[in-house]
Amino acid sequence: MTNKKTDSKAAKSYIGFSGAEVFHEMLLSEGVDLMFGFPGGAVLPIFDVLYKSPIRFIMSRHEQGATHMADGYARSTGRVGVVLATSGPGATNIVTGLATANMDSVALVAFTGQVKSFMIGNDAFQEADVTGITRPVTKHNFLVKRVEDLGRVVKEAFYIARTGRPGPVLVDIAVDATAAKLAEEPDLTPNLPGYKPRLTGHIRQIRAAADAINASERPVFYVGGGVVISGASQELRALAEKAQIPVTTTLLGLGTFDETSPLALQMLGMHGTAAANYAIQECDCLIAVGARFDDRVTGNLAKFAPNAKVIHIDVDPASISKNVEVDIPVVGDAKDSLKRMLDLLKPNERKGWLAKINAWKKKYPLKYEIDGKIKPQEVVDLIGKMTDHDAIIATGVGQHQMWTAQFYGWRRPRQIITSGGLGTMGYGCPAAIGAQFGNPGATVIDIDGDGSFSMTMVEVITAVGHAQPVKFVVLDNEYLGMVRQWQEMFYGRRYSSVAHPCPDFAVIAEGYGAKGMKVSERSELADAINQMLKHEGPVVLHVKVEPEENVYPMVAPGKNLHEMDLGKLA
Amino acid sequence: MKHIISALVQNQPGVLAHIAGMFAARGFNIDSLVVGRTEDPELSRMTIVVIGDDRTLEQVRKQLGKIVPVVKVRDFADVPCVQRDLVLIRVHTPPTKRPEVTQLVNLFRGKVVDVAHDSLLVELAGTEDKLEAFIDLVRPYGIRELARTGVIAMSRGSQSAKQERQQDVS
Repeated sequence: MTNKKTDSKAAKSYIGFSGAEVFHEMLLSEGVDLMFGFPGGAVLPIFDVLYKSPIRFIMSRHEQGATHMADGYARSTGRVGVVLATSGPGATNIVTGLATANMDSVALVAFTGQVKSFMIGNDAFQEADVTGITRPVTKHNFLVKRVEDLGRVVKEAFYIARTGRPGPVLVDIAVDATAAKLAEEPDLTPNLPGYKPRLTGHIRQIRAAADAINASERPVFYVGGGVVISGASQELRALAEKAQIPVTTTLLGLGTFDETSPLALQMLGMHGTAAANYAIQECDCLIAVGARFDDRVTGNLAKFAPNAKVIHIDVDPASISKNVEVDIPVVGDAKDSLKRMLDLLKPNERKGWLAKINAWKKKYPLKYEIDGKIKPQEVVDLIGKMTDHDAIIATGVGQHQMWTAQFYGWRRPRQIITSGGLGTMGYGCPAAIGAQFGNPGATVIDIDGDGSFSMTMVEVITAVGHAQPVKFVVLDNEYLGMVRQWQEMFYGRRYSSVAHPCPDFAVIAEGYGAKGMKVSERSELADAINQMLKHEGPVVLHVKVEPEENVYPMVAPGKNLHEMDLGKLA
Repeated sequence: MKHIISALVQNQPGVLAHIAGMFAARGFNIDSLVVGRTEDPELSRMTIVVIGDDRTLEQVRKQLGKIVPVVKVRDFADVPCVQRDLVLIRVHTPPTKRPEVTQLVNLFRGKVVDVAHDSLLVELAGTEDKLEAFIDLVRPYGIRELARTGVIAMSRGSQSAKQERQQDVS
């Protein structure tokens, strides 16, 4: 490469580089060493560059799987997940994965090929309006038609994906822009005058929040995925312990507060603990951090935390006062805001409030009965104990997801990898594989349901092919369990299209080249889990469980949090 | 309540679709939406008239602010501003009624821009109220066709789009 006149800051000239080569250089400069995806016609120039690249490319069996893998990788490591797919159907197959990441604020950058720039709009082979389709399910997206713009846009995409409230960013690249060569030095300076995430909370607001907490008698922390993303667990713990404030977490916030702490209330909401939900309803000061008052958390909005002054710390101003009117908003990064609040909080023992909470905890613990067939809760409970509550756990969506949230026993952030906002069935299997790629040597387990696992289990072969020792535990109740539970509770037990006959997942696993195991007796369970954990490669453990077990507590949709149905817990 | 929201946006393809899509997806009601160039070739101005209560409007402003190519959002609700809408209206006007209709047009400081044997094409600019009043008055004659631009607005004072862009988004 001849060294022509360049910008004084740029160490390197890109003249003569193809679009695909510039693209590759930008990925390297962003520190990408791993990407997930599936090849196709409109991304051939990029795959040609990847042929000799240090970047590891993991080919999934379906683009949705690749997107969930990148998502699991991102959630478990805090890095940006990268996806590459072709035009048309390749791109439409990643839409569910993008929407999943968008709802849960996961930093992804997805690249899709597009037909040649001059053919766009002509209904060419494998053409789809991908920026149009993905606009509502991404943080932002771009269409690149000119090789000159490609480098800058890749940089902008990574910057947008990982900063502020993170999210998926899609870059749709016309194939001729990757094949063309640069005749002039490209301008790589990001041009984003409208994008300024506000990271530093206003000190006046932080002071007002601290004053409100100091003046309160019955405060509660309600923390969500934002605390995971900003890495604010230690700050949260310091605050909670200094002022003796109990902490409840959302599904995505699990692990940000060690559940062995006497201040831990575990999860709140529709399937939250009784203690957490009662505490919310009786608190006089609710401190929401990195959470967004989702309807699965609040129940009936009008009666949610009715006596509380509401403080809301969030990096996304649009999350504040969207569902619940907030008294003291703090727009800023959770870690920074909590850190600056620490000195302002007064130590407090709150003996009366904590005694009340402890009484609820004692009276209404999460529990299940060990009788009859294997209980799904007991499988989760056993896995928790046998992994010292230290594994990375992915889930699908449904009853098994809620039991996993309730019974695993969360100790640290980035331990649970689950689709919260969108509730994407089929998320668990590929997400666990992505998490394993990001955490070599860690124990990664997908605790899945038979319904969810059936949707994406083909990716087990991706784990086998890359020797990723992921463990897949399939809790098989032969139903789409959560839908069945709703039909039992709200539709007079009219079980409509919820019976879900399953294949022998152990045999299928063996067919894929993984180890397959199946248990249906309680006496075999602990041994099977033990064998699974000891096995060095991927394992599918098929567990036949009680078919009509329900998740409790349950707050019926639209009901107030304190009106939960405790079921067998009462 | 009606609010006039002005958004300075980067002049690039897809911005209009992005903003219109956000309004549709979140169920906000658009009364009118006007897009046009500004004195800065990199920026366009969208003037959006939105109907909603204070909480809805707060969400509208925040959701607009989240869209990456949106550089600046202003709500003219409590700001002294000049607002204009323009209407072209073809009024059924037989020759005997011409003097009457022309007189109305003159009272409203409008212009007759085309005359046919049984109709007049009238151009009128002003606030929405003024336009509504005129339309009500000519309705009895028969409105053959009507087109409105939607409201554009600008605060009073001397600020340019470039200066506006440099202020912090709040």
